[in-house]
Amino acid sequence: MEFKGRSISKGFARGEVLLSREPISFYGGVDPNTGVIVEKGHPLEGKSIRDKILIFPRGKGSTVGSYIIYRLAKSHMAPKAIVNIEAEPIVAVGAIISGIPMIDKVDEKIFDLLRDGDIVEVDGDRGILRWMGRG
Amino acid sequence: MYLTPEEDKILAGEYGEGMRKAMEILVAIGKIYDAERLIPISSAQISGVSYHNIGDAGLEFLRDFSRGAKVKVKATLNPGGVDLGRWREMKIDKEFMEKQGEIIKIFTSMGIEPTLTCTPYLVGNLPSKGEHIAWSESSAVAYANSVLGAYTNRESGISALAAAIVGKTPMYGMHLKENRRPGIRVVLKTELRYRSDYSVLGYAIAKKTGHSIPYIEGVDKADLESLKLFAASIATYAGAAIFHIKGLTAEWMDFEAPKDYIEITKRDIEEGYGFLRDEFREVDMVWIGCPHTSLKELEEITRLLKDKKVATELWITTSRQVREKAERLGYIEVIEKSGAKVIIDTCVAVAPLLGKFQTLVTNSAKAFYYSRGVNRFKVKVANLEKCIDTALRGVWV
Repeated sequence: MEFKGRSISKGFARGEVLLSREPISFYGGVDPNTGVIVEKGHPLEGKSIRDKILIFPRGKGSTVGSYIIYRLAKSHMAPKAIVNIEAEPIVAVGAIISGIPMIDKVDEKIFDLLRDGDIVEVDGDRGILRWMGRG
Repeated sequence: MYLTPEEDKILAGEYGEGMRKAMEILVAIGKIYDAERLIPISSAQISGVSYHNIGDAGLEFLRDFSRGAKVKVKATLNPGGVDLGRWREMKIDKEFMEKQGEIIKIFTSMGIEPTLTCTPYLVGNLPSKGEHIAWSESSAVAYANSVLGAYTNRESGISALAAAIVGKTPMYGMHLKENRRPGIRVVLKTELRYRSDYSVLGYAIAKKTGHSIPYIEGVDKADLESLKLFAASIATYAGAAIFHIKGLTAEWMDFEAPKDYIEITKRDIEEGYGFLRDEFREVDMVWIGCPHTSLKELEEITRLLKDKKVATELWITTSRQVREKAERLGYIEVIEKSGAKVIIDTCVAVAPLLGKFQTLVTNSAKAFYYSRGVNRFKVKVANLEKCIDTALRGVWV
């Protein structure tokens, strides 16, 4: 199984999927020290995004979010790769300045076809996500 | 997006890591918004300066990013979190002060002027009609597009910085004339008496029109200060990048009045003031200067405060340059003799004042929004005379 999208931030990563059908705000929504989602009522509240292939529709919130992604990456708490349905500048810029591979414009069916814990590869240069197996 | 051979070289890292990262940011944004290519800019205004807002995450990024990076165009800075000369008086601790100082030093090392103001157009960063620029700070963006007729999107601090380093920005949104076309005609059916009325008008229009670009009729006159307050308010409440006012703004003649139509009546303005007034009587602080005050506003405040004593904190925020001019004219001495403070480099919305004051009166609807959100104040909006009168009385009457 392969999803073709668009390259946003270059690089290659392999890891476990973490899905969120809701948008994510990194500023205020993610603890910058631990990578745990803290937004009240968010479907991923209490879960860590560390080392995951984080798949969510799009970013939201303050542009300071780009800096939070950078901080997470510097303290090794960031996701290994980011996959969006529709990228917006907060998360896109955050991924680029942090060197996190990122792609967007993947089919929305990805939320039905993948499960948390699945192993996937993300090719940020070519904009491709490849399913490798159930975790 | 099309890149010139030269731009490709930058992206490949031939001009160093700083330029490469900056170009990568611009290309990603250009892709997201389907920009055809990059266009040269003549100026940048960079936000994300207050340590209170960007925190250690922002400081770390700037430390790394600034190595070897220099801006190519005139670039000015938004306010930081503290008046560098009077942080003790502002009840701000030393650690904050040091981190704020480092942030400003990093920006300066990249060739950015430490103007530390949200009104770059009052301190020499004044683009002409038709110039492409990359500004962050939403109030300045709305002012530049509408009043000056310059072309800028609502940039973030990082995208404006990247644009300043490369000297270009992706061509989309507000850089294309057709996207500046008004979508709704707003007919004002009441007279605006005070500048704060213009600020409340921004809120009232936003409430009725949402995200449509307004073409406003019925505003006969507006000085720079009124337009500055209006721009800040409509940018806050509607997310507006541009507005047109018949007879006043830079491009109103270039477009026909849209067919869709709403009215703003006296009642809308009154209801606006009603919404923009929390319940309280005892006043801790009065704040004028969102956006930063001009020399003319300082002159008016001087007149209102002459030989009087304030009963609350009265903070007037402005830029260093305007304060220096006012000092030479003797305004600052009169104002500060009353007990008021003319504070520079920062503002009440981006300073770390959480818990230090509870209630605030101001003449700006933008200040209402951010003082409540960031510093949890209770806030009332009133005209300048009423604000100063409240500072003298100590209570809202």
